[in-house]
Amino acid sequence: MPSGTLRIIVCIKQVPKAQELQVDPKTQTLKRVGVPSEINPPDANALELALQIKDRQPAEIVVVSMGPTSFDESLERAVAMGADRAFLLTDRILGGSDTVPTAYALSETIRKIGGYDLILCGEETTDASTGHVGPGIAGHLDFPQITYISEIKIVDGKVRARRTAEDGTEWWETAMPCLLTVNFGCTKPRDPTLLGKIRVKRGGVIVHWSCADVGIDPNKVGLKNSPTIVAKVDTVHLPARARKVFQGEPREAVAQLLDALIEDGVVAL
Amino acid sequence: MAERFDAIVVGAGPAGSAAALALAREKVSTLLVERGRAAGVKNMFGGRIYAWPLFDLIPGWEKDCPVERFVTREHMVFLSGEASLALEFESPHLASGKAASFTALRPKFDEWLAKKAEAAGATLITGIRVDELLRDGGRVHGIVAGPDRVEADLVILAEGAMAPLAQQAGLAPDLTPAAVSVGVKETIEVPAPVLQERLGLGDRDGAAFVYAGDVSGGARGGGFLYTNKASVSLGLVVSSEDVSRKKLAVPEIMERFRMHPSVQRLIKGGKVLEYSAHLVPELGLGMRARYVANGVLVVGDAAGFLINNGYTFRGVDLAIASGMAAARAAVGARTHGDYSARGLSLYERHLRELNVLTDMETFRAAPGYLKNERLFTLYPRLLLEIAEKVYTVDGSGKPKLSEIVFEEAKGKAPLLKLLRDVIDGARSM
Repeated sequence: MPSGTLRIIVCIKQVPKAQELQVDPKTQTLKRVGVPSEINPPDANALELALQIKDRQPAEIVVVSMGPTSFDESLERAVAMGADRAFLLTDRILGGSDTVPTAYALSETIRKIGGYDLILCGEETTDASTGHVGPGIAGHLDFPQITYISEIKIVDGKVRARRTAEDGTEWWETAMPCLLTVNFGCTKPRDPTLLGKIRVKRGGVIVHWSCADVGIDPNKVGLKNSPTIVAKVDTVHLPARARKVFQGEPREAVAQLLDALIEDGVVAL
Repeated sequence: MAERFDAIVVGAGPAGSAAALALAREKVSTLLVERGRAAGVKNMFGGRIYAWPLFDLIPGWEKDCPVERFVTREHMVFLSGEASLALEFESPHLASGKAASFTALRPKFDEWLAKKAEAAGATLITGIRVDELLRDGGRVHGIVAGPDRVEADLVILAEGAMAPLAQQAGLAPDLTPAAVSVGVKETIEVPAPVLQERLGLGDRDGAAFVYAGDVSGGARGGGFLYTNKASVSLGLVVSSEDVSRKKLAVPEIMERFRMHPSVQRLIKGGKVLEYSAHLVPELGLGMRARYVANGVLVVGDAAGFLINNGYTFRGVDLAIASGMAAARAAVGARTHGDYSARGLSLYERHLRELNVLTDMETFRAAPGYLKNERLFTLYPRLLLEIAEKVYTVDGSGKPKLSEIVFEEAKGKAPLLKLLRDVIDGARSM
């Protein structure tokens, strides 16, 4: 790797498309099979920030994910958007992992890839919304972390990031290597390009690793080794619309409408 | 990261995929670019595919081609008010050998054909729209898609009826309402056993219906109904010119058509699965002056290769054959290293050999003939009024058939015009 090339790792997860979420009534979990998927939107925002850095200076972007082989769809999209390579940690024994084993497994994978300057993660996933994994990885790798950022600058070999705080924004600076988590919606992720898609078609850009390949301890991953479980998922059922029609002369109809609104407590005069 | 291919095919519809498949087989490195998420998702038709070109292009195609039903029965139906008059032709030969035709659903069929092209070695890329052609003093040498450019010796435009790139290259005029019709379709779910019972079909047989008369609500056009495995494709093709001139609402026309008793009888109880629409190039040979230019060939709907002669609609077979012709021309050009218009000029000869141009020329006058409003209003109405009188026996004294015909035609259809229309029809169709 020529010196001066910034090595960025972006962690992504494939999630069910937000508009098309379905809950399996039997298992109380999200249906993942047969439902359209997408790159977790905050992860796509993180990838876009990485690509913007690469637009400005020499950089290599490596995308990392953990999940079933169906996640290849999102990894292919990430490469077609401009990432250089992708690694998928995929193994049956990882099934049912919550954020604790996930952070561990991803950090081991990142260690194996090695040579990174900057790790970007989405702030949280749209299908679980914990926000744990980014900080968890930073903890395992013992990196400085800056969360909820929307802008990145590389200045004199240091990272400056704009962070959203409760009452405004802050600018933070830290040395590399470091980890940043990226705000949902802070960028508009670019579309995959023709040349990107051709690269993907030619093959060799996505590598699958098993836990054995990475050296992950089976006793630290999977459902058995997850301290948390999903106890229940509630679906919100919106009440049916009242659909009252007020007919007649406009003045009458409006008077009736107004009465009804006052009665329902929607309007007070 | 520069990329280069011998040939780039824009559009993975039947014309594009056929061209890419034939090119890949000849070891021409081919990029097949489709703007839809997958091949076929941006396509829609009535519809039925005449299978003859598939026999040469893909021997053994019947083994895995997503055929809905083989058409063994043809209908022509005239509608007026609540009445209908139908002609039905049935023959087992219709579905056999090279004359076979089958109903299909485009996302499935187009995807199948595109995958064949990919299996033969073409690089199939979906979800990318080509924005421009790379041109260098009148010679096309590649494409531009978003921020990327890809170079090629030859670009084959299989981009469909709107043909924006062909227009850019000066190979096609701006589309006018007179040049296109609007096709709309409802895919209506009717379980296979019900469909087969209603129409007396076997489980692989299908029927095709063409409707004329009241169908198109005063616009020139016609209706169609095709039986799929477990659904029915019901729709209309109406002249864009008439729709805009007479300020018609196509969904209303469609709704009245679907409510006609003779249509209801077939689709009763069926759930509408989807509603779709598509442009239909209508001018035949009048559409495009040129299909060949330096570094460029135009195929399929983009070249206007569609025949509507009133009783059959052919688009997909002509598209596939034109793709095959383009591939032949490309291979010829490669031998001489000459991709100029002259080097590609054999395209026209191949179009004739495959009977694409020949048939287009045979039916050259059909589009003009089908602009005759009487065909869509007066004559169907007349036919039905005659039929009504012929079949009504109510004790009030029955005239002879010839008397009925003359009585009904008198004043409504001047004999000379009628004769003229019949002769013109025979000549053009």
